Amino acid sequence: MRPPSALESLRVQVRQIEGRHRRATTVLPFGLAAVDSRLPSGGLPCGALHEVAGGGNGALDGAAAALFTAGIAARTRGKVLWCVTRPDLFAPALSQAGLKSDRVIYLEGGDDKTVLACFEEGLRHAGLGAVVAEVARLPMTASRRLQLAAEGSGTLGIALRRWRRQTEASDFGQPTAATSRWRVSALPSTPLPVPGVGRPRWLIELIRCRAGESADFELEACDDTGHLRLPADLVHGPGQAEDGRRSASA
Amino acid sequence: MVLAADAAAQAAGLRVGMPATKAQALVQGLVIQDADPAADAEALERLALWMLQRFAPIVAADPPDGIIIDSTGADHLHGGEAALLATLVDKLAGVGLRARAAIADSWGAAHALARFSAQPGYISERGKAAADVRRLPIIALRLAPDLVDGLRVLGFDRVGDLLAQPRAPLALRFGPELGRRLDQATGRIAEPIEPIRPEALIEIRRAFAEPIGAAETIARYIGKLAAQLCDALEQKGLGARRLDLICHRVDNQAQAVRVGTGLPLRDAKRMTRMLSDKIETIDPGFGIEIMTLTATVAEPLAPKQAVSSLVEEPEPDVSGLIDLLANRVGEKNLYRMAPVPSDVPERSVRHIPALAPETGAEWPGHWPRPSRLLAHPEPIDTVALLPDHPPASFTWRGVRRRVKRADGPERVFGEWWKRDPELDAVRDYFRVEDDAGERYWVFRAGDGEDPLTGSQRWFLHGIFG
Repeated sequence: MRPPSALESLRVQVRQIEGRHRRATTVLPFGLAAVDSRLPSGGLPCGALHEVAGGGNGALDGAAAALFTAGIAARTRGKVLWCVTRPDLFAPALSQAGLKSDRVIYLEGGDDKTVLACFEEGLRHAGLGAVVAEVARLPMTASRRLQLAAEGSGTLGIALRRWRRQTEASDFGQPTAATSRWRVSALPSTPLPVPGVGRPRWLIELIRCRAGESADFELEACDDTGHLRLPADLVHGPGQAEDGRRSASA
Repeated sequence: MVLAADAAAQAAGLRVGMPATKAQALVQGLVIQDADPAADAEALERLALWMLQRFAPIVAADPPDGIIIDSTGADHLHGGEAALLATLVDKLAGVGLRARAAIADSWGAAHALARFSAQPGYISERGKAAADVRRLPIIALRLAPDLVDGLRVLGFDRVGDLLAQPRAPLALRFGPELGRRLDQATGRIAEPIEPIRPEALIEIRRAFAEPIGAAETIARYIGKLAAQLCDALEQKGLGARRLDLICHRVDNQAQAVRVGTGLPLRDAKRMTRMLSDKIETIDPGFGIEIMTLTATVAEPLAPKQAVSSLVEEPEPDVSGLIDLLANRVGEKNLYRMAPVPSDVPERSVRHIPALAPETGAEWPGHWPRPSRLLAHPEPIDTVALLPDHPPASFTWRGVRRRVKRADGPERVFGEWWKRDPELDAVRDYFRVEDDAGERYWVFRAGDGEDPLTGSQRWFLHGIFG
């Protein structure tokens, strides 16, 4: 074991090299120990770019990913800018995930290029709580610009990756400058003792996380304040399997 | 003599140029009013002014019956040329004016196409003005009537016939006017538009000793003009809602940029930022010699005391960002969603401007709603028990899915006060989950029993997260 002071001084050195020491980054915790303990700063760092995509069919419709994102954005303060190319979001669902209609400003861009430019503009402004953009392609250069813009203003940026064809979804393996990368897929809902659909459940995969390890979580979808919940049958059971499947990630 | 005849008059058999006595004989009780060209010109001027405030920075009356608009640098505010034209004609129809409009490369072509194109609202593609004008009659060329008569005698009927002729004999016989009009229509020679300027317009003008062209130089002078404009606005207690930057080039062409704001604005920095965003659309050509910055629409803007509270931080102001983005993507593409009291899902949402005051209203939250709603419900093939069971399986986009769990029905009745066919219409919505865990929103058009209530076919309308 190295003495902790050496480790600490190394961390300071790394932070200086990265140039991220100028602004103390605030953190948005999920409020779930199981998730927060797997993130290096104890939550989602604000002032950073995060990527969220849907798994399976969700890569095309991004329904679960949009709700997951809405839940995160709902827990920030201030207005939220949501940039889309395809206007098929249904606002009542976002409102049910805690993101009230008065807080969201939608922007319809004609193509990915416009959406990325407006995304960056929103991140630079520093007056918004979160900026979300639904994009298909996120090249390295663009993601680095977005990450820098987010770091400069302290705004939370979420790139909601959504593709038009299943074959294009392999783009998600390409490296980007985002701080974390999540994949959200729908799982069968919590069984009920009567016929009907129970609380929706998601498989949330933390595929990549700067200075952290990847992890999988099986959680219940956002409630009306944007908080995820542990499934009831797991709360008292043996928590999340410690060594979840590690996804290959870039 | 009859000088003007609208559709109703033409249906009654009246024609322009007909003697008044004959018109009176044709239509009983015809009210005759003397023509007043001065008042007409004045009304046209007023209309041009109205368009200047709403549509584009360079607008001029084109007497006796037209208005010419240079839409360069302004169509982005309305979402493109086609949308601009449609809005313009709709707005005019709203005040009872029937208008014909066209967009083309040159004044001459636009003038001709607006009046003689068979297709209303014709938009000529860039560089296609000459080809479009070719098939129009020669009367479209803005020539003196005797010149048109002379050309008709020689057998010329279409503009294309004239364009195919050698120019010298025509000029020899009819003078230089014909050649000039032909060139103006095809866009070969420029025809500057002298924009109208109302009296009380706040305008800052700057002439340069040497023409400028570099983007940085333009940006610097935009900053200087904006600062002066803000001073002028402050003296009058106004804030700008629309800003027009007009750059006059050395070759007597004008390049215009228009930006709009959601709230009255008197901040030189933000003005500069918004205008500088559009510099790349300015083509300086051989150089710009005069730049003018005007606040075409200005509204009162009183100084406000900043609210200071020790307990909670005020919400940051995002109107600057909204203006910037609205000028980039168009005001229509930047909005908030507000609830509408309607049970029909696609009608329960309406767009409101991004800077509209907060409504505080929300949708009733007792039924889960899908996060993605398809623009049009897509038909699916189902296996389902009638009348009130959810489907056991369904096929959507070629993939068959077995339904494991389902919730419903949630019955939505048609809104008979909107459309007659909806009087009996019923939709039964189900939330279904397939064996992979994907959740969908499907509905049956009809109540499963009565054919009056719908086709009893199944549709997929949304996807749950």
